[in-house]
Amino acid sequence: MTGDVPPRDREPPRDREPPRDREPVRDREPGGAGEEAPPLRVLLAKVGLDGHDRGLRVVARVLRDHGFEVVFAGLRQSPEAIAAAVAQEDVDVVGVSMHNGAHLTLAPAVIEALRRAGLETPVVLGGIVPDVDVPRLKEAGVAAVLGPGASNEEVVATVAAAARRAR
Amino acid sequence: MADRRLWQEEYDRSPRRRAVFETMSGIPLEPVYGPEGAELPGQFPYTRGPYASMYRSRLWTMRQFAGFGTAEDTNRRFKDLLASGGNGLSTAFDMPTLLGRDSDDPLAKGEVGRAGVAVDTLADMETLFAGIDLGRVTTSMTINSAAAVVMAMYVAVGDRSGVARRELGGTIQNDILKEYQAQKEYVFPPRPSVRLVTDLIRFASAELPRWHPVSVSGYHIREAGSTAAQELAFTLANGFAYVEAATAAGLGVDEFAPRLSFFFNAHIDFFEEIAKYRAARRIYARWMRDRYGATDPRSMQLRFHTQTAGVSLTAQQPEVNLARVAIEALAGVLGGTQSLHTDSYDEALALPTEKAARLALRTQQVIAEETGVVHVADPLGGSWFVEALTDELERRAEDVFSHLLDVGSGSMLEGVLACIEDGWFCSEIADAAYRFQSKLASGDWVQVGVNGYTDGDDGQPPILYIDPSVEARQLEKLAAVKRARDDDAVRRCLERLAREAADPAVNLMPCLIDAAKCYVTVGEAMHALESVFGTWFERSFV
Repeated sequence: MTGDVPPRDREPPRDREPPRDREPVRDREPGGAGEEAPPLRVLLAKVGLDGHDRGLRVVARVLRDHGFEVVFAGLRQSPEAIAAAVAQEDVDVVGVSMHNGAHLTLAPAVIEALRRAGLETPVVLGGIVPDVDVPRLKEAGVAAVLGPGASNEEVVATVAAAARRAR
Repeated sequence: MADRRLWQEEYDRSPRRRAVFETMSGIPLEPVYGPEGAELPGQFPYTRGPYASMYRSRLWTMRQFAGFGTAEDTNRRFKDLLASGGNGLSTAFDMPTLLGRDSDDPLAKGEVGRAGVAVDTLADMETLFAGIDLGRVTTSMTINSAAAVVMAMYVAVGDRSGVARRELGGTIQNDILKEYQAQKEYVFPPRPSVRLVTDLIRFASAELPRWHPVSVSGYHIREAGSTAAQELAFTLANGFAYVEAATAAGLGVDEFAPRLSFFFNAHIDFFEEIAKYRAARRIYARWMRDRYGATDPRSMQLRFHTQTAGVSLTAQQPEVNLARVAIEALAGVLGGTQSLHTDSYDEALALPTEKAARLALRTQQVIAEETGVVHVADPLGGSWFVEALTDELERRAEDVFSHLLDVGSGSMLEGVLACIEDGWFCSEIADAAYRFQSKLASGDWVQVGVNGYTDGDDGQPPILYIDPSVEARQLEKLAAVKRARDDDAVRRCLERLAREAADPAVNLMPCLIDAAKCYVTVGEAMHALESVFGTWFERSFV
């Protein structure tokens, strides 16, 4: 029946749909009267081999509906691939999702890869992360951690705050 | 119309469990209730259960899924289980093994031995089952992309320890279609992957008569965010796709269908779940008989494993999950499941602790021993509500089947493949997940402890930690195996594998078994196949 499918190019396709529905989240200078900054851009990725992408997909839609520009890198991204995509897409913040218990290894690896690429883009981590691991993750440079049951408002506020601190 | 006489004969023939079938007040109970002419369990279309006597003959199997660390660690756990009277082993593999990557693969870093046991070569499988008579236990292996490679290793372990292949009993999940739709543990594109599934079905039909070569799984579809109606429809469609693939490969439907099994979710919407299981049995029986020409009743009886919904568990006030799991497990039992895994209350936090896993098992034992719900088959059959929900779920599933057959020009296999390739399943599931999240956000759905009743969250209970030295130990073991093996033999095996993969008429199982015996790694075998089959990337979308 098969055996005739050629290997594909390794670069996964990325989605770059424009924001819709609401006014974009814009970065205003405190008290500033004039120039509006462009909408915040966020790259969303799963790191490692873990395929649980329900949360990441829901977060992508929530952020997009709240005016973010979402670059959806999707599954099985290595730390290096994430750093390369961040550089190429010029995003304000990275959201990585992990449900594989490997966050203490892989989240610091993402931050390390960004630093090696000369980037200081803030990283927000989502997924199954025990409370006791959060201080170590923060120490390693993770900007914020969003656990199961985080509300849409928390997700939007946390990602926006991390992005704005960096801008 | 069901024939009560046939039911009675089958009921009388079946064995009886040691139990008193009466209420606490001493009211004697019939094995099943209903008016003259009502559907009956064990009778076509099996809406009320696959067997006439259901739990009066045998309770469901309490099959708790576990695996961690190295093969030595899991082997010790297996032996404990067997020593305490168990006879069914259930193996969880780590993520790298599930995806056909060796422990020394750069992408495996941090995940070796973490969510299951790490298997790189036959040496690990030999350790995993050391001292266990594979002719006397049944083994369930939850693996999909690398299923054929790992199954070949299991057969090789049996061959080496002198167990006849016909004695090997167990189940391998080997359901690749739902990987593209939901769980996302795919490697190759769908078509060559379906060929591997079919090769394993053919091999099992010829050589492993006690083996269940596919467990068609809705569980992961539901966890990824689908509704119950979608879980039902997509899972059965996948099952029908495998039936078409196996018959296209030359097997008669009654040669393999009796050993197909299913795996469903038990979520929190109690009556809809029960109606889902009932509808699944009825649809399957009709399709297998009327569309696929099955004549053996066992080919028409849908048998299924159930697991409570991991995604329904909350990290907030985690002890409340004990109540959720009990309700979900009860739905599975009232729906007539053949085996059940109850989730542990701490699974939204980490892998379960031993105490949490024990409480989960105790929950099943309370249902089995104390509630009395096991005395009567399909106790909700005849409820106007449950019967109406059963009919409605069946109708909705038939709508999905029509769509898929339409897309596939009359072929369910082609319809499913086309709807994987264009992302239809993924977007249907993601839409449903987002609708649910929106209900949570608006408060239209109240989840206790999350968006309602949030006071009293006393922080997290103790959680399980995996020893980080597992990865280092596994890497050492793999390096030692690679040093000791015959490199020329390995190279010849891999060349043969690539050659045979290019010919769709060849069954790859014999070559994979030979490769296993030469200590070809899982990653090497998968890479050789990938060089021919290609790699799958899903269309990303939001």
